[in-house]
Amino acid sequence: MTDITATPAQAHAVDQAAPVVRVRSYWQTVGYRLRYDYMTLFFGSVVILIILSAIFAPLLAPMDPYESSLINRLKPMGYKDFLFGTDKLGRDILSRLLYGGRISLAMGIMPVLIATIVGGSLGVLAGFLGGKTNMAIMRTVDVFYAFPSILLAVAISGALGGGIFNGMASLTLVFIPPLCRVAETATSQVRNLDFVEAARATGAGTLSIIRVHILGNVLGPILIYSSSLVSVSILLASGLSFLGLGVTPPEPDWGLMLNTLRGAIYINPMVCAIPGVAILITSVCFNLVSDGLRSAMDVRM
Amino acid sequence: MTAYIIRRLFYAIPIAFGVSIVCFALVYIAPGDPLQTILPEDASEETILMVKKAYGFDKPIPVQYFIWLGKVLTGDFGLSIATGRPVTDEIFKALGNTILLAAGAVLVAFTLAFTLGTVAGYRIGSALDRAVTGIAVIGVSVPNYWLGIVLVIIFAVELNVLPATGMGPRGSDSFDILVWNDFRHVIMPIITLSLIPIGIITRTTRSAVAEVLNQDFVETLRAKGLLETEILIHVIKNALPQVLAVMGLQFGYLMGGSILVETIFTWPGSGFLLNKAILTRDLPVLQGTILVLAIIFVATNLVIDLLQTAVDPRLKRS
Repeated sequence: MTDITATPAQAHAVDQAAPVVRVRSYWQTVGYRLRYDYMTLFFGSVVILIILSAIFAPLLAPMDPYESSLINRLKPMGYKDFLFGTDKLGRDILSRLLYGGRISLAMGIMPVLIATIVGGSLGVLAGFLGGKTNMAIMRTVDVFYAFPSILLAVAISGALGGGIFNGMASLTLVFIPPLCRVAETATSQVRNLDFVEAARATGAGTLSIIRVHILGNVLGPILIYSSSLVSVSILLASGLSFLGLGVTPPEPDWGLMLNTLRGAIYINPMVCAIPGVAILITSVCFNLVSDGLRSAMDVRM
Repeated sequence: MTAYIIRRLFYAIPIAFGVSIVCFALVYIAPGDPLQTILPEDASEETILMVKKAYGFDKPIPVQYFIWLGKVLTGDFGLSIATGRPVTDEIFKALGNTILLAAGAVLVAFTLAFTLGTVAGYRIGSALDRAVTGIAVIGVSVPNYWLGIVLVIIFAVELNVLPATGMGPRGSDSFDILVWNDFRHVIMPIITLSLIPIGIITRTTRSAVAEVLNQDFVETLRAKGLLETEILIHVIKNALPQVLAVMGLQFGYLMGGSILVETIFTWPGSGFLLNKAILTRDLPVLQGTILVLAIIFVATNLVIDLLQTAVDPRLKRS
């Protein structure tokens, strides 16, 4: 593989070798590139805005997201105080959207976080130890690769039954294999480089080699990859909730809202599309921020 | 080549085995005793034992697995709990409908995405390229089930020009895509399903075309005095295998990932069958459908890999 040039250590070396007056460290270079990447900055601030509005939902929401009202059922957008209308139980959609962000974002971020730790560690271990350990881990991972991601998520949470926890567990299982593979590839590329050999020659232990020399070089690609999975995870999670797996009523969740509002599509067509817009904006922003980070960190995959 | 095919098959068989183990395990991770649905609440110890024996649940789990595998290999997936019909019949009836959608979606996506991607690959960095890349990003970030709902809102609810659900009055048995009244039913599902492949194939084509254009032989062709249109043919010929491989993979993904779109359009395919199985907790159908879809995915990958190697023998070494 010739992609090794993309690892942070090498980029660092190249930076230092270049005849510039001020020598920047790798992370300074990344920060410098990001500062002038207005697209990424813009979408990054939208992501932060979405996260903040989910955290402060109780302060922002105009009404109680659980309170139903018989006389205000299925009202269109802009009816009285209901900016986005109401659902079939007369609940305010804007409030449910704000509260729903909490669950949808948690279901998008948590599985990726756990899978990054578990899958990343497994991959680094497989890549560093090689041999039989590598075989055992990577062949198991290959089996899970044989399922399209949505099918695997549906299979596991379909068997386990609905619920937020089961949904998160199945998504975590979906993301462990790809993260494991990325970590394994990155690690086995670094493993045989001279500086690792040198560290070993000076008597460094396995653990300290992994911690100091391997992690420093593989963390970049792993984190970039997992950041790109957040958008996928949000889409999959709301997909599960849409199918009645994952989040269960009356909890507000974007995917579930999409499903329940769909029942009134002939009465209130426009309102029906709103939760999807929230999913779409969040997913696009996370995706573009991840792309921006990737080019700023100069990681090729 | 024969040696390579055999080697590749040897690699795929353990994976297929692994997939079958995962599918077998699905029933065991499900909460509750699978017998509870059949047995009356006040069943005596003896009856429970007897029923356990009749269903083979008294044997150790590995033995149960091989008995199950033996049945699956002969095409016996058991009976559906909901309908009592053989699971195999249900799956294969539904599979044809899903293939119709997936194949249609991949063809639509390829036509559109290959054109867009080639244009963008020729003009990397231009406004046109940025627009095309933007479309590609949206293609992969838009929840396709949401697009389905939006299409229903526009074309079925507001304009009332296309049917919102199903396969038409004549049902799936006598469905004929060449008849306009039947064809109307596939339009929205296919467009919805083609969204993700459009994004992915566009990206692939763009980078493949740009890569080919950077190669020395293109310079040589120009130096020889070939017209740009003639060069384009060479570029396409070189970029095509990679794009076709991605297209094939996307077909595999759509086969397994059509559950959301089929649910929206109540399209009686394998995804819809799966959704029904989840709602009714019909575990044999769930297990069988997932196994068949995953094996189709593995087989698609294998075939694409072999075709790609046949076209480009350099890949054999890696």
